[in-house]
Amino acid sequence: MGRGDKVVEPEPNSAPDALSVDGVSFSFPGRLALDNVSISVPSARFCVLLGVNGAGKTTFFSLATRLYNCRSGAIRIFDDDIRKQPSHALSRIGVVFQQPTLDLDLSINQNLYYFAALQGLGPQDARRRVADELDRNGLAGRAKDKVRHLSGGQRRRVELARALLHRPSFLLLDEPTVGLDVHSRQSILEHVRDLCLKEGVSVLWSTHLIDEVDESDLLFVLHAGRVLFSGSVPDVLEKTGATTVQEAFVALTGGERKQ
Amino acid sequence: MNASHYYRALAGIIIREGLRFLHQRQRFMGALVRPLIWLFIFAAGFRSVLGVSIIPPYETYILYEVYIAPGLVAMIQLFNGMQSSLSMVYDREMGSMRVLLVSPLPRWYLLTCRLIASTFISILQAYVFLLVAWFWEVQLPPIGYITALPAMFISGFMLGAIGLMLSSIIRQLENFAGVMNFVIFPMFFASSALYPLWKIRDSSISLFNISSYNPFTHAVELIRFSLYGQLNLYSLVYVSAVAILFLGIAVYGYDPGRGFMARKQDT
Repeated sequence: MGRGDKVVEPEPNSAPDALSVDGVSFSFPGRLALDNVSISVPSARFCVLLGVNGAGKTTFFSLATRLYNCRSGAIRIFDDDIRKQPSHALSRIGVVFQQPTLDLDLSINQNLYYFAALQGLGPQDARRRVADELDRNGLAGRAKDKVRHLSGGQRRRVELARALLHRPSFLLLDEPTVGLDVHSRQSILEHVRDLCLKEGVSVLWSTHLIDEVDESDLLFVLHAGRVLFSGSVPDVLEKTGATTVQEAFVALTGGERKQ
Repeated sequence: MNASHYYRALAGIIIREGLRFLHQRQRFMGALVRPLIWLFIFAAGFRSVLGVSIIPPYETYILYEVYIAPGLVAMIQLFNGMQSSLSMVYDREMGSMRVLLVSPLPRWYLLTCRLIASTFISILQAYVFLLVAWFWEVQLPPIGYITALPAMFISGFMLGAIGLMLSSIIRQLENFAGVMNFVIFPMFFASSALYPLWKIRDSSISLFNISSYNPFTHAVELIRFSLYGQLNLYSLVYVSAVAILFLGIAVYGYDPGRGFMARKQDT
């Protein structure tokens, strides 16, 4: 089912959360990476997971995409427990990883067809959707170019196009703007916000760049493996008595660091 | 999710591996030149030193080149299996393994698809090698070129499974040089690839024992018999069992819950 098939109504009470993480802890040998993390991404909302490098964002993404299993706590994607119905849960998410994941020597088309096949799309569907997504991402004329010849921003857009091929209802992006120039950052951020607003895609966007947070976003502040705050931007300002998100972030995490 | 999804994913993975292989001409040349050096130089030099008596599946005296050809086919597959495991380690660091593993299919199936894809690549290399070898007087019965196909599929799958298992255990890329020294060379030399087992027994009983249990020996013998249209049942069972065992360990290693994957990640 494509997301275009249904009219998106903001009904926060009826739609299940895109992601609900409940009491998840995770440790690497000798180091606790996530400590009793609980957050919920409501349907059709743009949520920002804010944290400095090493806060545990990538570990969190690895758990939410089932690269690692959570051994304590529970993760649900819409109504599917990721441990019990992994395939169904994974079929509903699109992921943009922090590391580059494209085959540099293959063309954009070849990269995207490979992914379409992994998602089980038939050749006709795949052709149509690849063309659509490239068009929407401003890459229409470059389908046959090798990824190696693209700029960093273009590669990111290809990865975003790829993550959307199977029309996921929930998009997870792990620091998608890292290493990009201001214009590329802006255009990707706007595109994803558009998807959320116009097509009702739920978004979890992780970043350490505070200026990517918008007032209307739902905010999760992750620091040293713990969620220090989750709520709206006005709430965090009120809670910390700060005037900007920047100040609020420092107030939340700075106090934590001294302990 | 249905049967066509499984089929499409398999086809997609095979196409991707094929395209990647075609773009890596150096890898192809390397895969071809290595066994040819053994065939052209090593075998020519040792032709007079090593006399090979008539043992099955051979019915007449044969040239040493003819004797080592199956071993070199298996060597191509051994290197390919290990290289594919190298690219797995590389993939995991580069992130494209993540793309594979978050697709909505069971993980064992995805890993098996990768294995099948890399096995096809190794068979392609092996046939090119056999073609060149044909001009070098290594001419097999025509039926052998067909009956070798399933044998090479099973042996390639097993050798790929060993590589896959290693890739789930190796911590970092640097350690792969160690794999070359500790896996590829011992497997190749302690096998029936270069000399028949009875010759090894003449010089060392313990080496003979090691060689007879070496899965690579059975891959070589499976291919050797198949190239003459014959079936070495014992080797077939041995190779299949080892393939399933190592694939099982690899799936365990890549399992998100139990495996080594999470444990070995540092950041």
